[in-house]
Amino acid sequence: MKNIVLPDLGEGIENGIISAIYVQEGDWIKDGDDIVELVTDKAAFNVPSTCSGKIKKINVRQGQEIFIGEILLILE
Amino acid sequence: MEYQNHQIKCCIKDFGMMSYEEAYQLQKRHMEEAVSYQKNFVLLGEHPPILTLGRLTKKEHLLVSRDLLQQKGVAIKDVDRGGDITLHAPGQLVVYPIFCLEQLGKDLKKYLIQLEQVAIDLLNDFGIVANRLEGKTGVWVKEKKIASVGIGVKKWVTFHGIGINIQTDLDLFSFIKPCGLDVVMTSLAELKKDVFSMEEVKSKVITHLVRIFNLELK
Repeated sequence: MKNIVLPDLGEGIENGIISAIYVQEGDWIKDGDDIVELVTDKAAFNVPSTCSGKIKKINVRQGQEIFIGEILLILE
Repeated sequence: MEYQNHQIKCCIKDFGMMSYEEAYQLQKRHMEEAVSYQKNFVLLGEHPPILTLGRLTKKEHLLVSRDLLQQKGVAIKDVDRGGDITLHAPGQLVVYPIFCLEQLGKDLKKYLIQLEQVAIDLLNDFGIVANRLEGKTGVWVKEKKIASVGIGVKKWVTFHGIGINIQTDLDLFSFIKPCGLDVVMTSLAELKKDVFSMEEVKSKVITHLVRIFNLELK
């Protein structure tokens, strides 16, 4: 199993809100595919996957506030 | 202020006066090129009047009906950037860097600070002291807001950017609560009680972009 986490976005940005989820459990994704959109007061950031595989679990929901390093997806 | 980016190759394109939708499509085409070939671009110009609604827009921040906007010739559009509602109109210079953030160190916070610094340094050229305000977005001259920042990032490539009020019709901001804040907007023209050549302003903005982002122009 591999965890895909919210990457470090630079000093001073610690959290954001999940505004869109582009994938579903069971989907096959590739390294670099957009998986969720995170918004802050200045930016809408499409978070790309950092590896390839089949999604076992989506760990976040739309509207949820999440922090850097938190798990977004778990791949099989 | 020093940022120590590696020098990045960049092409700057002035789109003049262009509808927001057309300029958005232009951004998308350049983003595809940036993602595929790691190229960097800056698109800049002006838009006819339009309200854009960022991802964090609250309905109550639009203060008038859509019918009234239509009567006044102001368009309205949902957009995929951060932030709340904002206005674009002639006299406001919009700057849309399409940058591969991987070449800038994948540091979103630093990128946003650099982008705001472009506006701060531009205004300084005209004798205006502008600043960031703690806890508030954009660029400010005392308690008035002069530039708004809202960006999108896809595959670590930036789009959208900053709008700097040079000689914007400030009455248009009465339609909204700009960026969701109780603020008074201002412009360079209002502060200096003068009219400015947009070509001169663009030239100065490009100079600051080159210095702040360490661009090698192609």
